[in-house]
Amino acid sequence: MAEIRASFFVECEELLESLNDGLAAMEDGGGDGETINVVFRAVHSIKGGAGAFGLSDLVNFAHIYETVLDRVRSGDFTPEAADYLTFFSSADVLSDLVKASRDGDDTGAAINAKVLGELQRLEGGGEGPAEEAEVEFVPTILPLDFEDEDDGPGQVAEVTRVRFRPHAELFQAKNEPLFIIRCLEKLGKISVVCETSEVPDLSARDGAPGFLSWLVSFDTAVDHQAINEVFEFVADICDIEVSAVPLETPNAEDASPSPSPDRPDLAEPHRLENPSPQDEPTELKADTTPAAEPTAQEAAPMAAQKATVRVDLEKIDRLVNLVGELVINQAMLSQSVAASGIPANSAVAQGLEEFMQLTRDVQDSVMMIRAQPVKSLFQRMSRIVREASASIDKNVRLKTSGETTEVDKTVIERLADPLTHMIRNAVDHGLEQADVRAAAGKPAVGTVSLSAAHRSGRVIIEVSDDGAGINGEKVLKKAIEKGLVSQNSNLTPQEIDNLLFLPGFSTATEVSSLSGRGVGMDVVKSAITSLGGRVSISSIPGKGTTFSISLPLTLAVLDGMVVEVAGETLVVPLNAILETLTVTDTNLKPLGATGNVIEIRGGFAPLIDLGVELGYRGPKERYQGAIALVIGHEDGSRGTLVVDAIQDQRQVVIKGLQPGFGDVRGIAAATILGDGQIALILDPITLAKPDGSAVTGREPQLQMAI
Amino acid sequence: MTQVLAVDDSRTIRDMLNLTLSQAGFETHLAEDGQHGLEVLEELAPDVIITDINMPRLDGFGFIDAVRKPTRYDAVPILVLTTESAPELKSRARNAGATGWIVKPFDPVKLVRALELVSG
Repeated sequence: MAEIRASFFVECEELLESLNDGLAAMEDGGGDGETINVVFRAVHSIKGGAGAFGLSDLVNFAHIYETVLDRVRSGDFTPEAADYLTFFSSADVLSDLVKASRDGDDTGAAINAKVLGELQRLEGGGEGPAEEAEVEFVPTILPLDFEDEDDGPGQVAEVTRVRFRPHAELFQAKNEPLFIIRCLEKLGKISVVCETSEVPDLSARDGAPGFLSWLVSFDTAVDHQAINEVFEFVADICDIEVSAVPLETPNAEDASPSPSPDRPDLAEPHRLENPSPQDEPTELKADTTPAAEPTAQEAAPMAAQKATVRVDLEKIDRLVNLVGELVINQAMLSQSVAASGIPANSAVAQGLEEFMQLTRDVQDSVMMIRAQPVKSLFQRMSRIVREASASIDKNVRLKTSGETTEVDKTVIERLADPLTHMIRNAVDHGLEQADVRAAAGKPAVGTVSLSAAHRSGRVIIEVSDDGAGINGEKVLKKAIEKGLVSQNSNLTPQEIDNLLFLPGFSTATEVSSLSGRGVGMDVVKSAITSLGGRVSISSIPGKGTTFSISLPLTLAVLDGMVVEVAGETLVVPLNAILETLTVTDTNLKPLGATGNVIEIRGGFAPLIDLGVELGYRGPKERYQGAIALVIGHEDGSRGTLVVDAIQDQRQVVIKGLQPGFGDVRGIAAATILGDGQIALILDPITLAKPDGSAVTGREPQLQMAI
Repeated sequence: MTQVLAVDDSRTIRDMLNLTLSQAGFETHLAEDGQHGLEVLEELAPDVIITDINMPRLDGFGFIDAVRKPTRYDAVPILVLTTESAPELKSRARNAGATGWIVKPFDPVKLVRALELVSG
């Protein structure tokens, strides 16, 4: 049962997703007739399941919501723009209630009274029939008209007798008197008499049943309510008389339709339906039992079902971990085979090569299991937009694209907070007030776009708005005011935009209900960095701002280049490296007193000595002949890292550094290499910072964004 | 063993039906909607059918209609699963050809009793 409950909540998530999708489609006018059905069914199914688990808050709210949607479905009510807002908000409330029920946390489950009020208004709107208005889910039993002679207490013992006369409809509905009588038998010992007096001349009848009636006599008094229940399905398609007769004369009431067992005019086959009182009524089965021939066919009819398996995330994580170990082990094996001097064209080496390929495939497949479309995340964001825009009275719509892009589940989960903040920022700071927009000739409704896409082995998520863009002057002024940059610093517009990511920076001159929550863009940035991601910003004055987040597909493995610096083995993520080159007299240019830049195809990039940057050693005398890795940044600028040697290029399993290590700049994580050696994984983007300070050995200055 | 075909688009309800019916000793077959139900029926001769009303592709009424057409399984009793206990819904279900109904959320005991009522 607990499992079903858990799966119910998972199903709820899916239903809420299709609910939101459907509502969005309807609002856009893009939905067809089926869309409202899907929306209705989503709420309906949530209600149904919730009822099964006794989640009454959820049931009651879903019921009201469903009723309103039913009005829409039946064409009784055509929702307008404002109503869609109510629908979306209701979906949010529903989602909250689902969460509250799942976590058993009733404290936060207060239903938004405003939404409820709106819904109830729509529910009763116009003169809509109050059908289904009962929010009650107790199966109700149809009352039957019993001639209950209410004999009162103190009476002598009596027995119950039931006269049951099915109409033809009863048989048409495939009800079976035999089964009903059998169920009566469960209530007490019975004797059954079939009355055939009404059966017309058999030669003339068309075979339609409906002429038989049964008199069922219990040998004790039986609760009428229990009998009622037995006849629940057929109450309106048969005649039932329940009566109590004194025990002394069990058959005294035998009146007109006497239960004479043998009527002379009965034709032969009819005898079957004419059991004597003591007989088990089983004989009836002969000609009335619905075709119940058991088939030998074994059940394999589920081919049409989509084959999916629900797996505990823990199990997958274990698998991911094991595959990680497998990768390490495979690397170690390769290394020892190489060390033993076995030639590369030997069977062993070739087998090992294939083994490596397989390991990679296994790893990819395992990673794919963990991947999820970002859709659920985006839907959460559309709620954030709704709430944020409502609270500061801006008219905003969210446009999403690339919802099917798949990203590691952990990444999705940990992306929710930073993304929420970015969306709020876009609504609050990015978009202008309506009057300003109007003055700028922009549509009154501001647009926030959220997109996801795969780009060269990474996931790019962009949040953009069509607002005023970043006011560079204001940002710079503020940064100088706060002492974040020096008075006379000469920054490019790009660099000014990036000041937003500095800790303690906030441009909002007024603290609105949205901002001022103590979270700045620096927190967003560090959250994304901790996911192995990078965030960059670009802004066009008057046109809007775009935040671009670039994330690794998975947090478990990466393709890395193993390099050596001052005797230390380090791993540089391959996706950050654009190319490698050798420093020569021609491409090395000195800059300032100690700095160097390197010329790469007409452009210049700062030369950074990794050994110095990480504090392994002092700067070299000369860099000519050294190997440099060209690191590309999200904004297109480049930096180069000088290393002593490149050892290998391989997949490494990321082992996170425990919090005890503190946050070391430029170090992302660690890994275990094939020979069992531990190597640090670098964050080359931070190391090869593109701030023009091609400086080696200088105080690490203002840490620029990106 | 009595074979039951249960048709419902909600996985939760299907799971619960499956659990309840299996524990009660029925052989349970499941389908996700009316259309799927008809496909399952091609290879199955259940003793009784349980069906939801609100379903994608082919809803419960359509499904009952299709089953009640002269087919080899047109005599199978059909129980309708409904969240509403309103009498109109019941009469509508019956007019569609249903034998009985079960109000969701169902009580396992009542479900089994309802099955006995219509299928013995």
